[in-house]
Amino acid sequence: MDRVVVVGASLAGMRAAETLRAEGFAGTLTVVGEEAGPPYDRPPLSKQVLTGQWDADRIALPSGAKPELELTWERGVAAIGLDLAAGHVSLADGRAVPFDGLVIATGAAARWIPGTRAIPGVFTLRTLDDALAIRAALGAGVQRVVVVGAGFIGAEVAASCRARGVAVTMVEPLPQPLSRVLGDVIGRVVAEVHVEHGVDLRLGVGVEAIEAGDHGVERVRLSDGNVIAADLVVVGIGVIPNTGWLEGSGLTLDDGVLCDETTLAAPGVVAAGDVARWPNPLFGEVMRVEHWEHAIDMGAHAARRLLAWAASPSDPALDMAYGPVPWFWSDQYDRKLQLAGRVRPDDELAVVAGSIEDRRFTALYGRNGRVVGAFAMNMPARVVKYRQAIAAGLTWDDALQG
Amino acid sequence: MRVVVDFDLCESNAVCMNIVPEVFEVREDDFLYVLQEEPGEEFRAQVTEAVARCPKQAITLEG
Repeated sequence: MDRVVVVGASLAGMRAAETLRAEGFAGTLTVVGEEAGPPYDRPPLSKQVLTGQWDADRIALPSGAKPELELTWERGVAAIGLDLAAGHVSLADGRAVPFDGLVIATGAAARWIPGTRAIPGVFTLRTLDDALAIRAALGAGVQRVVVVGAGFIGAEVAASCRARGVAVTMVEPLPQPLSRVLGDVIGRVVAEVHVEHGVDLRLGVGVEAIEAGDHGVERVRLSDGNVIAADLVVVGIGVIPNTGWLEGSGLTLDDGVLCDETTLAAPGVVAAGDVARWPNPLFGEVMRVEHWEHAIDMGAHAARRLLAWAASPSDPALDMAYGPVPWFWSDQYDRKLQLAGRVRPDDELAVVAGSIEDRRFTALYGRNGRVVGAFAMNMPARVVKYRQAIAAGLTWDDALQG
Repeated sequence: MRVVVDFDLCESNAVCMNIVPEVFEVREDDFLYVLQEEPGEEFRAQVTEAVARCPKQAITLEG
């Protein structure tokens, strides 16, 4: 393997590139990135960048400025095709980049409400440009923000807008914020925190229409008949994996690039980060994970898997099965939310430390006699310990007795 | 090898503790404590990993 191409110059791709070099890969290492600027870190976009505390230079990824990595950059140009037989990636400017090994780390794109993308004042938040555009709008006298979707992006945008003193209405069709990842009991706690900070929270309500006047967005019409005046709308209704460029390549695409247990998607092809779907042996579930740390972790793993493939192409490398306990954090107001594990709405739930009333507590999720998740609000140390215990197979009974 | 934490950046996410508990500990008061500011060479790989994985990029390694 003399030539590796990494498609995607964000966290997973950069981590894969770093790991390839750290593990001794000395060949040509090309990184293709659609955005023109240097690689950056996304979590601050909805927090410090939006509130104005941090500028763009503060979020550059260190790996983007390491000459010792000896990267060949293809920046500001998208990959638009993959030819596995010929062994090259096609770029939007017509060139083809040949490879012996490929890392797919193209991430995901924000989902839009159809027909609203062209309305001035309606945004999604995924890229640095998105964050700077929203920040500029907030700085230009916006008074009333409507946030559509109370997932991570929506909840953090709402908190950042409140920190700027702007009126916020947050609309979520599900019964509670973050209920897909946290369930309704913890979701209700998150809802209360937002209401306590002055968010007008509309739960169980969808968006009928986003309506514009001569100068851009003016109001949001809800499925319950209510109409909310808005100077700015941020839509945070999830993401779509960036796999369009892989259509017809022969790779299996199913809400992401489908990999085997070891992150291998085809001979000589690995995938990592938001774009990758794989069977996690620890949970017995085919999953795609959009968390920050996962991009780092899987990027490194995929790089090592690719090197193992190059050393021995026919070896299924079953000892390289990738079985992490997913983990995320989210900062909203003065609360830090963390979850380790993988939670379903009907999991058992028990508060094991602190109290919900104090907004400082740890809760465990259980399924089939096992602990499958640990959530904490402002109790970060415990989640780490439980994360290790979940990986080791902690039983529900042992956890509650301990 | 010297571990330096920028406590203005640190948000006690405790990722570092997950990787190398011999060096980093987030205690019940939610603050990070560096248990060994000059850990032995045997911890270099893990501390380097903690530097890379800190969500706030608050850790640096000198020497």
